[in-house]
Amino acid sequence: MDQITPAATFILLYGVSYGIVLFVISIGLVLTLGLMRVVNLAHGVFAVLGGYLAFNLPSLLGISFLASALISLVLVLLVSFVLERVFFRRLFGMTELEQVLATIGFCFAFIALLTFAFGPNVLATKYPEWMSGNFSLLGRQFPLYRVFVMACGLVILLALWLLFDHTSFGATLRACVDNQSMAKATGINVNWYFSVAFAIGAGLAAIGGIVGAGMLPLEPLYPFKHLPLFLTIVALSGFGNIKASLVVSLVVGLVDTAGRYFVPELGAFTVFTLLVILVLWRPQGLLAGWK
Amino acid sequence: MKLEKTGFLSDRVGMIWWLAALAAYFIFPDYRGFGASVLVMTLFALSFGLALGFAGIISLGHAMYFGVGAYVAGRLALAGWQEPISGVLIAGFVTGVLAIGIGFVILRLNGLPLLMVTMALSVIVFEAANKATGITGGDDGLVGISFKPVLGIFNWNLDGNLQYLYALAWLALVFFIARRVVSSPYGLSMAGIRENSLRMSLLGAPVLRRLVVMYSLCAAFAGIAGALLTQITAFVGLQVLSLETSVDVLVMVVLGGTFSIYGALLGAPVYLIVKYVTQQWNPFYWMLVIGVLLMGVTFFFKGGISGWLTRIFQTGRTE
Repeated sequence: MDQITPAATFILLYGVSYGIVLFVISIGLVLTLGLMRVVNLAHGVFAVLGGYLAFNLPSLLGISFLASALISLVLVLLVSFVLERVFFRRLFGMTELEQVLATIGFCFAFIALLTFAFGPNVLATKYPEWMSGNFSLLGRQFPLYRVFVMACGLVILLALWLLFDHTSFGATLRACVDNQSMAKATGINVNWYFSVAFAIGAGLAAIGGIVGAGMLPLEPLYPFKHLPLFLTIVALSGFGNIKASLVVSLVVGLVDTAGRYFVPELGAFTVFTLLVILVLWRPQGLLAGWK
Repeated sequence: MKLEKTGFLSDRVGMIWWLAALAAYFIFPDYRGFGASVLVMTLFALSFGLALGFAGIISLGHAMYFGVGAYVAGRLALAGWQEPISGVLIAGFVTGVLAIGIGFVILRLNGLPLLMVTMALSVIVFEAANKATGITGGDDGLVGISFKPVLGIFNWNLDGNLQYLYALAWLALVFFIARRVVSSPYGLSMAGIRENSLRMSLLGAPVLRRLVVMYSLCAAFAGIAGALLTQITAFVGLQVLSLETSVDVLVMVVLGGTFSIYGALLGAPVYLIVKYVTQQWNPFYWMLVIGVLLMGVTFFFKGGISGWLTRIFQTGRTE
């Protein structure tokens, strides 16, 4: 028991917080895929953009981290709203291959620009004191940061649940996902909802990028490096199923953490093997047909 | 969307292309080493172009076969099997067989799930190769590889002469086979599967089996390309298995155009030469260039270079 409990606590704490970050970043992808049927390989761009802004603004403008995180979030929301109108919207109705090419091209161009601006190295990220201490549990030290991430995740989950299930905005958005032409016929401005949903997804990715910088280090190659992970989660979640993507993200977070804890020499091998098996087993999504 | 039956383009571009490849050998004697690697990547792109443009298999993991071929050739040479031509054939055979096994499992999928599985598989293979330092040399790669003279006559030198002509000969051979496959009845049924696989299976065609055969052939060609890379550079690095390599080859094919077998032949050299030039300035200019190129091809330049050439030739003809 003495051995098992700390290990289990470690895996739960690290796995769940990692899973939550993956979930928060992936929601936008799940939404765009469900709403617009657009395969967006450039989604990680919003996460890394949020992260770079949030960690660079404090020294540039002399503001606190919290203020800078909020400003970054607003900036990413605006940028993504505009980008959806001028770029991503044009991908509707294209073939999957064309969407893959255009969005990966966008991703590469962004990586190049980020490198021009900040250099090719990992950005030094320092969270404020109040969230970077340690606490002891069952005779082991655990970082407070992980608990903070989980708390953020809970707040976001609650907000999403309220937004999607208990507002007329959420009901309209779900109508657009479920049956686009019917939604249009009832007079819903589907395009506007697309733009807003895209911006919300990008904003959540930015939060994931900022909060998750302790797990997924911020570097220009970020959107490309973590692409396989984000994409697998989305593929396993099925079209537009946010609840499924929460389950999948948590499974990925836990399995990856457990894998690295017990057999560190295998690295990312464990989690990707699991993902491939799951996709082959349930190509329509892990929880297809489950509501 | 017609594939291949761009007869006018094929013949003319084909002749010009092979003549240009030969001419480049004499015009740029200082760049024969680089030229040889361009030819090898062209062969790799050709193998991917067959899978993508012809069988409609969207994959982000084709580097898997390229890399395995490269390592097979490298390990063979280190184990004492230094005869180059049989080394290439063995590498192609191994990757072809490997692809039969993988193909039967993954080709049930298409679209995004297939893209994702191929991508995840290539991440797995890369991670495995990275850890299996005993076989792959890990980060250091396989060094100290040498090969016997080609056909027992032609010696390997640093000037790249043999490398260039050897790669060109292999490219010509593989291209000839690919061309025959594409214009065969089997090739026609392949195009049918790409356009409407449900209808093909209703017609009684064994869709999965045909796809697997095609996939395996493409993988064998990719393995051949990988083995050639090992032989002309006398080195194998982990880079051959990376996701970047898969993306590279995808971009080459799309840039050249997916609707003609000549797409790969046009796309790969253009891509690699632009890459070579821009990387001389700054490696990150390259990412900007490739990003803009990719968006441009999707929005304004559909059909890539071969599509553009076809349009030029066709307008010329109707006038």
